Amino acid sequence: MRIVIVGDGKIGSALAEQLSREGHEITIVDRSGTPLQRTVEDLDIMSIEGNGATYATQMEAGVDEAELVIAVTAQDELNLLCCLIAKKIGAKHTIARVRNPEYAEELPLISDDLGLSLSVNPELICATEMARTLRTPSAIKTDTFFGGKVELLKFQLPADSPLAGRTLMELPGITKAKVLICAVERGEQEIHIPSGSFRLQAGDRISFVASYAGAQQFFRQMKLAAGRVRRAMLIGGGRIAYYLARQLVEAGLDVKIIETDPERCEELSVRLPKAEILCGDGTNEAFLRACGIETTGAVAALTGIDEENVLIGMYIRKTWPKVKVITKVNRTSFQSIIDSMDLGSVFNPRNSASNLICRYVRAMQNSGSSSQIETLYKLVGGKAEALEFRVSESSKLCGVPLQELKLRENLLIGCIGRGGQIIIPSGQDAIEPGDSVIVVTCSAGLGRLEDILARGPGHE
Amino acid sequence: MNKRVIVYVLGAVLLIEAALMLLPLLVAVIYRERTGWYFFWVLLGAAVLGALALRLGGRKRSAMYAKEGLIAVALSWIVLSLVGALPFTLSGQIPFYLDAVFEMISGFTTTGSSILPAVESLDRCMLFWRSLSHWIGGMGILVFMLAIVRMDGGQAIHLLRAESPGPTVSKMVPRMVDSSKILYGIYFGLTVVQIILYLAGGDPLFDSLCNAFGTAGTGGFAIKNDSFSSYSAYTQTVTTIFMALFGVNFSIYFFLLRRKFDLAWKNTELRWYVSIIVISTLLITFNIKSLYHGDFGYSLHHAAFTVSSVITTTGYGTENFDLWPEFSRVILALLMIVGASAGSTGGGLKVSRVVILMRAAKAELRKILHPHTVKVITVDGKPVSGEAVRAVSTYFILYVLIAAASVLLVSLDGYDGSTTLTAVLATFNNIGPGLGLCGPAGNFAFFSPLAKVVLCIDMLLGRLELYPMLVLLMPSTWRKK
Repeated sequence: MRIVIVGDGKIGSALAEQLSREGHEITIVDRSGTPLQRTVEDLDIMSIEGNGATYATQMEAGVDEAELVIAVTAQDELNLLCCLIAKKIGAKHTIARVRNPEYAEELPLISDDLGLSLSVNPELICATEMARTLRTPSAIKTDTFFGGKVELLKFQLPADSPLAGRTLMELPGITKAKVLICAVERGEQEIHIPSGSFRLQAGDRISFVASYAGAQQFFRQMKLAAGRVRRAMLIGGGRIAYYLARQLVEAGLDVKIIETDPERCEELSVRLPKAEILCGDGTNEAFLRACGIETTGAVAALTGIDEENVLIGMYIRKTWPKVKVITKVNRTSFQSIIDSMDLGSVFNPRNSASNLICRYVRAMQNSGSSSQIETLYKLVGGKAEALEFRVSESSKLCGVPLQELKLRENLLIGCIGRGGQIIIPSGQDAIEPGDSVIVVTCSAGLGRLEDILARGPGHE
Repeated sequence: MNKRVIVYVLGAVLLIEAALMLLPLLVAVIYRERTGWYFFWVLLGAAVLGALALRLGGRKRSAMYAKEGLIAVALSWIVLSLVGALPFTLSGQIPFYLDAVFEMISGFTTTGSSILPAVESLDRCMLFWRSLSHWIGGMGILVFMLAIVRMDGGQAIHLLRAESPGPTVSKMVPRMVDSSKILYGIYFGLTVVQIILYLAGGDPLFDSLCNAFGTAGTGGFAIKNDSFSSYSAYTQTVTTIFMALFGVNFSIYFFLLRRKFDLAWKNTELRWYVSIIVISTLLITFNIKSLYHGDFGYSLHHAAFTVSSVITTTGYGTENFDLWPEFSRVILALLMIVGASAGSTGGGLKVSRVVILMRAAKAELRKILHPHTVKVITVDGKPVSGEAVRAVSTYFILYVLIAAASVLLVSLDGYDGSTTLTAVLATFNNIGPGLGLCGPAGNFAFFSPLAKVVLCIDMLLGRLELYPMLVLLMPSTWRKK
């Protein structure tokens, strides 16, 4: 698919990398040549220097023949203008990043006129993911499938857990909860898509699929359950903090926001009347105690500086192990180190946004073919993926018991959704038309459900 | 350094060369030439070796960075020439292997300098292989490889970057594989048109093919002892036009194909390139008119052919321009240095670099007069970054230094200044004939082995735009850590 990305910032470059890996033809446009050079250095993409909101630059970038234009510059207005012009020139779909909440609320009014296919607000997406995690505080990370009916949860196995040292086959003997472990991370590099004989170790970071109730039951039986979070403290009062606070307040939580800038505090106080806004330095230990950190159920480190967030996260994990910690990290380098540190749940706004767009692109690509991707999540810093497919009538996988399917290596079917029912599949279950299927895999770029089958020799 | 990925690339190149040798083999079968057997044996050897290298390097071909790309390209071209030279020596048609290697490097780098006093004495399959090497070398063997072999994503860009002529790699479409396909498509298309035009003029098929290959790659190996003199004026005119066409940046043709005529028309490099050709042709025409009894048309015809041949670094000749007045000879020597457009099959310094150098010099001069002037150098209405200007300047300095060092080494042979200097210029810029003893009427056979090796390296340096070969020759590349 021909895709033009306007704006080579954090999201732009992440998208370029992800989408070109998936085999799309990417042209990236930016005003300044310096970031372009860095992006183009290692990627097989084309770069154009110029103002992406002008006709001339867009023509040069081939927008007239592009299927999708993604405008992710730093300015909302520019992004909207880009999409407007791109649509005029002949781009089939357009995606704009619109992060200003004032525009975001009015977007439904104008997005038809602009011909906008999707608007993306990275901070809002990230905040929503964080809020979801707070719902199940036992998990480090939570993703949802089937419109929220099934969750993909990640947690770290404590040393005293009854699961440590057991194989997956023994799992049903330990817990009655219906869960399916679909990915295990070990150390900094290893990732396994486990089979039945796989033996768990203490310290493994385990991802599993379950319904909400199943997950709660599982955590209770594993004595990992943490009570519902009733008080949350957000350190740093940026955009994500605002969106997160709004969602948490709506859910009935007590929210405290700590922010150093008095003006921003006043602004937040106007927009979030129910939240408690505290003006002070969130990296000051005494101040945190004074704010009542001991009584809070969750802390989110959301300042603009990664190092501060990491330190706050580590400090709180160490001092109050019962407190649920969310750490925001903007940079994606040194991912393996970040993963190996005890920071609670780590979120990266740029990844959240680019994953959402990639999901959209895949869905677009498959809208014509037999099986569609509904949802896609990157796990473990992009090393594995969880995908949700809808099964069509004509799929050749239908009716075949799973144990007879010859699947690719490092791939498993995590869950089948059938008419509101959730099936954690065993070897005897079969896929039927109309089902939704969750697939977890290490190989990137699955486009259709049929791709889960191992290919014959000769293909790679 | 990842040696496996380099071995893998070399293997692929050997296999492609083996496949290409099928063509001279076919020629040998058609003309019933016994020397064709040597192509068969070399082809077989190259195929086996290539397949082995693929297996050896193919297990885990990851991590190719700029350094691996540069080295792989430089080694590919050397291996290509060493293997390509074997049939000549084995068959005894060029008895000395160094001479055969010189001839083959000259072929693949599209230089066209020959050590053969009389090319007509070669078998047809040998002549065909010589000309074909121009066609392969013109667009680049690795570009060809990338068009047919799948390499992992972003890594192969380093190969393309190392092989493509010009200051920057201008991609025409996002994906490199598609870029390579388009390049070869245009190249192939233009060559076919030229062959058809030759055939329409009544030239034999064999001549048409060989001459078209030589023109397309801007090579210059002729299949007649007197190069192009004995062909009809029609054939010569077709050659003049196509030489000039192959010296144009190929992205211009892509603009035309996509009907973006204004982008093509407003291209600075194209305008300079055309202007230089027109002005030089006119100057030389008036300068040589008296030689041809004042016949303006005749003078123009040969001046145009020679200018087109020299600026695109092809090196075909209709007249012995070594006998022309000094003024014309100096113009030709200057054209040798300027060379063709970036992104074409021609060699030399490249018009776009000259444009940037000129504008940079002008800006610097202005700065001396008005120290507070801010002048950004632009090409095609786009600013050229200080870094790009610096890169071009560095390139120019290296270019001059290497040329000077080569002249020094070649001068050990003790030939006259004009011969020594133009021998280096003609090989370094991939032109072919120089002036003096190595002029259109002469050849390069008389040079000592040392001088031949130096000229061989110059040809490779010139074709690959210095850096790949320089990296290869740098001791730090090979030092064990």
